[in-house]
Amino acid sequence: MLARRIIPCLDVKDGRVVKGVSFVNLVDAGDPVQIAAAYDAAGADEVTFLDITASHEGRDTMLEVVRQTAEQVFIPLTVGGGVRSVEDIRRLLQAGADKVGINTAAVERPEFVAEASRAFGSQCIVVAVDARRRNPDDAAAGWEVYTHGGRKARGIDVIQWVQRMEELGAGEILLTSMDQDGQKTGYDNALNRAASGVLTIPLIASGGVGELAHLHDGLVEGCADAVLAASIFHFGTYTIGQAKAFLAERGVRVRL
Amino acid sequence: MSAPRIAIIDYGRGNLRSVQKGFSKVGYDAIVTRDARVIGNATHVVLPGVGAFADCMANLEGYGLIGPIQQVVASGRPFLGICVGMQLLFTEGAEFGIHKGLDVIPGRVVAFPAGMTEGNTRLKVPHMGWNRLHVTRQSPLFRHIGEGEWCYFVHSYHAVPDDLSVVAATSQYGVLFAASVWKDNVVATQFHPEKSDTAGLSMLRAFAEWEV
Repeated sequence: MLARRIIPCLDVKDGRVVKGVSFVNLVDAGDPVQIAAAYDAAGADEVTFLDITASHEGRDTMLEVVRQTAEQVFIPLTVGGGVRSVEDIRRLLQAGADKVGINTAAVERPEFVAEASRAFGSQCIVVAVDARRRNPDDAAAGWEVYTHGGRKARGIDVIQWVQRMEELGAGEILLTSMDQDGQKTGYDNALNRAASGVLTIPLIASGGVGELAHLHDGLVEGCADAVLAASIFHFGTYTIGQAKAFLAERGVRVRL
Repeated sequence: MSAPRIAIIDYGRGNLRSVQKGFSKVGYDAIVTRDARVIGNATHVVLPGVGAFADCMANLEGYGLIGPIQQVVASGRPFLGICVGMQLLFTEGAEFGIHKGLDVIPGRVVAFPAGMTEGNTRLKVPHMGWNRLHVTRQSPLFRHIGEGEWCYFVHSYHAVPDDLSVVAATSQYGVLFAASVWKDNVVATQFHPEKSDTAGLSMLRAFAEWEV
């Protein structure tokens, strides 16, 4: 029986983890390679790097980070951020990434998702979607797709968008609630449930985790196949092991 | 025992680096190659693969690798197929039409049925993530692991051998399917050992240690 996945996410800028990580005694708390290896050892099911580098030099640095990580980490590694061309994807996969996240480039040219999945297979194409409620107090009003780190509204309905991405060959959807991101009050489970209900590919819920119950709710109420989290793991609030034990006690199947 | 010469077949498909790094992590050098002579001189050969069945077969054919693979299999040297590399070993695959495979193991590769459920949950395809192995035969690949290990899968199709006695491990996802097979000198896994953490790495080590 398939386990639900727990995926720690690291924001990486110029080869360094933004704000660092304090969950374990690391020689260098800003080194993404060490942190990814520590998460692997702690029982994470996958690791995701979000590259928030702006410069070209920084992109090459990221490839080196991916290369080094792939030598030490033997669970799936996803890398997203600034992926705009088939060549960007090829470089990341050759460096050792297993999956690549596409966000803004998919909105600007949806056929890119089809090209990417034809070239490399759907299994390595994750379409990342930033969603915001049209009315913060009413989920029934729906959600709109945003890009550029949640600053630019695109006038696209999120639920229709994720369906279209699946049709074009996405292998997974990483759905981030911009309303909940950073709030530590839980995922937008109405959003996740609505998206999961129209998808036949896996959904990864993201944005808003502050406590273990939020992971549980994302998987059960939100019907997500996997949950992504950052700060609750990075700052040692909880370990991956604690999160999995919490879920297992409540009947959620996890890899222990 | 001298060090094995492990060749990982490169036919333009699959995450070859991670298989190579997996072997390196457990202490073995492996060479990534599409050179028939290098494959012919190897003591152990690995056929990885991601993507579509027909596309992978076409690439093997395009690189002239079908003959060399059949020679390795016939020679009795240890051979490991991973993911689509396992599926290609069967007689035919049903992804985007019926396509011929390498026919090393008689059987077919079929899609997970539509509309699978588990309890009230609709099961998604691809089967993507961590699932447990039920070991049905003590394959050479499993000498360092026990029952119930978690392994990482990504696939929408699975192999159905004509002779079910070749199945070495099963997993459950809507249906019970062959997660690993073993026939003579050929072993194969539907999951990715190179992405299956310590359990997977121990299978790569067992493969490198295997002397037929």
